[in-house]
Amino acid sequence: MIGVLLFLHLPFAVIMLYALTTEDASFRFPPPGLTLDWFQVAWNRPDIWAALGLSLRVAGAATAVALALGTLAALAVHRSRFFGREAVSFLLLLPIALPGIVTGIALRSAMGLIGIPFSFWTIVAGHATFCVVVVYNNVLARLRRTAASQVEASMDLGATPMQTFRHVVLPHIATALVAGGMLAFALSFDEVIVTTFTAGQQETLPVWIFSQLTKPRQRPVTNVVAVFVVLSTSIPILLAHLLTREGTRKEP
Amino acid sequence: MAGETLTPVVRLVSVSRRFGDVRAVDDVSLDILDGEFFSLLGPSGSGKTTCLRLIAGFDRPTSGRIELHGVPAERLPPYERDVNTVFQDYALFPHMTVGQNVAYGLVIRKVPRAERERRVAEMLDLVRLPGVAARRPAQLSGGQRQRVALARALVNRPRVLLLDEPLGALDLKLRQQMQIELKAIQERLGITFVHVTHDQEEALAMSDRLAVFREGRVEQVGPPAEVYERPATPFVADFVGISNLVEGAAAAALTGSPAPFTVRPEKIRILDPGSPAPEGSCSARGRIREVVYLGSHTRYTVALDPGALLTVVEPNRDATAQDAQAARGRDVVLAWPRARNRPVGPAR
Amino acid sequence: MRSRRRAFATFFFLRPRLALLALIAPPLLWLGVVYLGSLFSLLVQSLFHLDGFTGRVVRRVSLATYGDLFTRANMDIVVRTATMAAAVTVATALLAFPPAYYMARYAPPKIKAALALGILLPLWSSYLVRVYSWKLILAREGVVSWFVERARLTWLLDALLGLPGIGGPSLSVSAIGTFLAFVYVWLPYMILPVAAALERVPPSLLEASSDLGARPAQTFRRVTLPLAFPGLVAGSIFTFSLTLGDYITPQYVANSQFIGNVVYESQGVANNIPFAAAFSVVPIGIMAI
Repeated sequence: MIGVLLFLHLPFAVIMLYALTTEDASFRFPPPGLTLDWFQVAWNRPDIWAALGLSLRVAGAATAVALALGTLAALAVHRSRFFGREAVSFLLLLPIALPGIVTGIALRSAMGLIGIPFSFWTIVAGHATFCVVVVYNNVLARLRRTAASQVEASMDLGATPMQTFRHVVLPHIATALVAGGMLAFALSFDEVIVTTFTAGQQETLPVWIFSQLTKPRQRPVTNVVAVFVVLSTSIPILLAHLLTREGTRKEP
Repeated sequence: MAGETLTPVVRLVSVSRRFGDVRAVDDVSLDILDGEFFSLLGPSGSGKTTCLRLIAGFDRPTSGRIELHGVPAERLPPYERDVNTVFQDYALFPHMTVGQNVAYGLVIRKVPRAERERRVAEMLDLVRLPGVAARRPAQLSGGQRQRVALARALVNRPRVLLLDEPLGALDLKLRQQMQIELKAIQERLGITFVHVTHDQEEALAMSDRLAVFREGRVEQVGPPAEVYERPATPFVADFVGISNLVEGAAAAALTGSPAPFTVRPEKIRILDPGSPAPEGSCSARGRIREVVYLGSHTRYTVALDPGALLTVVEPNRDATAQDAQAARGRDVVLAWPRARNRPVGPAR
Repeated sequence: MRSRRRAFATFFFLRPRLALLALIAPPLLWLGVVYLGSLFSLLVQSLFHLDGFTGRVVRRVSLATYGDLFTRANMDIVVRTATMAAAVTVATALLAFPPAYYMARYAPPKIKAALALGILLPLWSSYLVRVYSWKLILAREGVVSWFVERARLTWLLDALLGLPGIGGPSLSVSAIGTFLAFVYVWLPYMILPVAAALERVPPSLLEASSDLGARPAQTFRRVTLPLAFPGLVAGSIFTFSLTLGDYITPQYVANSQFIGNVVYESQGVANNIPFAAAFSVVPIGIMAI
């Protein structure tokens, strides 16, 4: 057990270490010396800032779309058993169940066929497609733990379905929405496969890291960015985990 | 208090609700009068809760008509009905305080804040829970939550209050206390209570009238005394209280006619063999098979020679547990006034 | 206004099917049009072919592109990818079982939650970075080599790398390295479903089995394993599918081409979308089987 956990986590430590090395062309171990200079170098690189900005905007937009669509789908699937609800779940899951490269090349080929130029929105469309299921799963799980009588009680007391959603359903699923949104954000923020197919010349942060592979100069800068990406995705994941657990514990 | 001249405040006319092939409610017609305490009594799965949900508007009938205050209501959603519900699981909103829960209906109706606060306090007083408004439902006991649910349902001043097994989750002592309180509140407010329960004692204790449900149909409607003393069907006789059904040869030996009848266990007396039966009695010889000592009274199962198995209940005025147990296997004579026999229709 | 809104709500309340449709339409349209539409266009494009002379896509339906697939070199790639995926799946399954079993059976709730987080975090966090880390670890002058040298086992490593088929000039450009990186990145995807499946096995069942005289090994084989099977299948599908479609790992840590690389390069470098499309139909086909 401990071996497996070490196996899963030690590589992160390796990256951290290599972000501090003074050796800038090879991956010599142990590093000949340690320095914090690369953080400064990374800070002063405009291309990194541009990539980070694009990543944040894409993740924000994709998360917004995923929140709206995922919540709608979860509400629909929860409120009634209709023909094909299994199919809906399956369809939502498909984009992350199939290899990312299939989703990527499929979107790419569709854009080529119709003649849509690459843009910010093509990246968002790709990301939103596989982020919907994350929100959907979180919200649906929460709805399943919510007693049906809560909604009935609200309508019984005079609230229309819209008022019931605002006063009763929304507070119930709020933490699930936040958790789902954070996971979707993290998922989008470090996505690389689908992005390479839908981004054209623009670079999100992961695409930037990927492109550094073929550039042997200033390698530790890549490591610095990698450390940053890991930390900045871990935080929303941790928060999302805590939020969903809290939601479970509240259940009487 | 429920006169026949009053207009029905809830009226069901040939209402059916089917789920696939299952007839949860099957051709039910009921008139519930203004101001009465009406119970829907039946075993689980008999359609009483579905019936309540149809009245509340959570579900809609497959066929038939529902009228509330004389107005057709089948197509009214719950939020357009002047009817409020106390749920079996209370359905309090966990993210709101008790005060916010009770105020919910008023907030939705945009009642001004001052009046809202006054009415919430009034309701919490009514259910004898003053000073808990700031707490969360999770901090209350089961009995307290039940009272909050009641206050929340009453705050809109509905003309009809629906109660879905409201006392089911409480222990016996608390339940008996709440029965008295519920009844008192209903009489004080003068509104109609429609109460679903599977507990026949509860239904007998609280109701002005009750309807006995079985497999989606209504078997009998009437005041508790009438339903108890003159059950219309063997099912009602059996479900409401304990009863002995006598039919066929045994009935013929006891009354001279094979027509089936029921007799309540507390009406039967156990006599020594050879003692004369009083005038106007049914009587027969038999042997005590089972004895169950229940503290205040003892339940005997007696096999009659003409071929019926009767349950008899006797209060333990002088008898001790040893006396009762010693009666097992004894030959006895059972006797009861002929007038206590209740003819019933054949079992459905 | 208020009454109109109420009337609107009631209209939908009385027509639950219509309300359902209104809810489900936007997500279905999105996925149906954007996603299924794209998959469909992928299929269509795979039927076009690239004119070798002009370098332009010829929009005429033919199986020419699929014909190109069946060259010796391409089939090698398909077989290599599928073999790798199978090997990775088996290895992750073996590796995932003990921790999953421990999590589901023995761990007290607090530790279990911590373990779950310990496995979830790498699953969700940057996959690219995780692959990248293995390049650092496996590089010729990197971490593993250093430890191997210290342990005076360089001869063993060299012997392994010398093996035909799976060896290479260094770990980071060998099939062994690719395999290690794959196992690492997909392991959480195996542990979690297996643990979830094991958790659903009631302990009373295992007690019943040993009560009936089964030795622990027999209980494991006859009761635990069959009950954990659905989780194992789910995990295997994930692992296999993810390996099939990956092109990042082979790019970082490999000496040979996988399906993913070919697809990526043929659309990116050669601009041969029909070929990329046809080739990416292959993993869908393999998955379907």
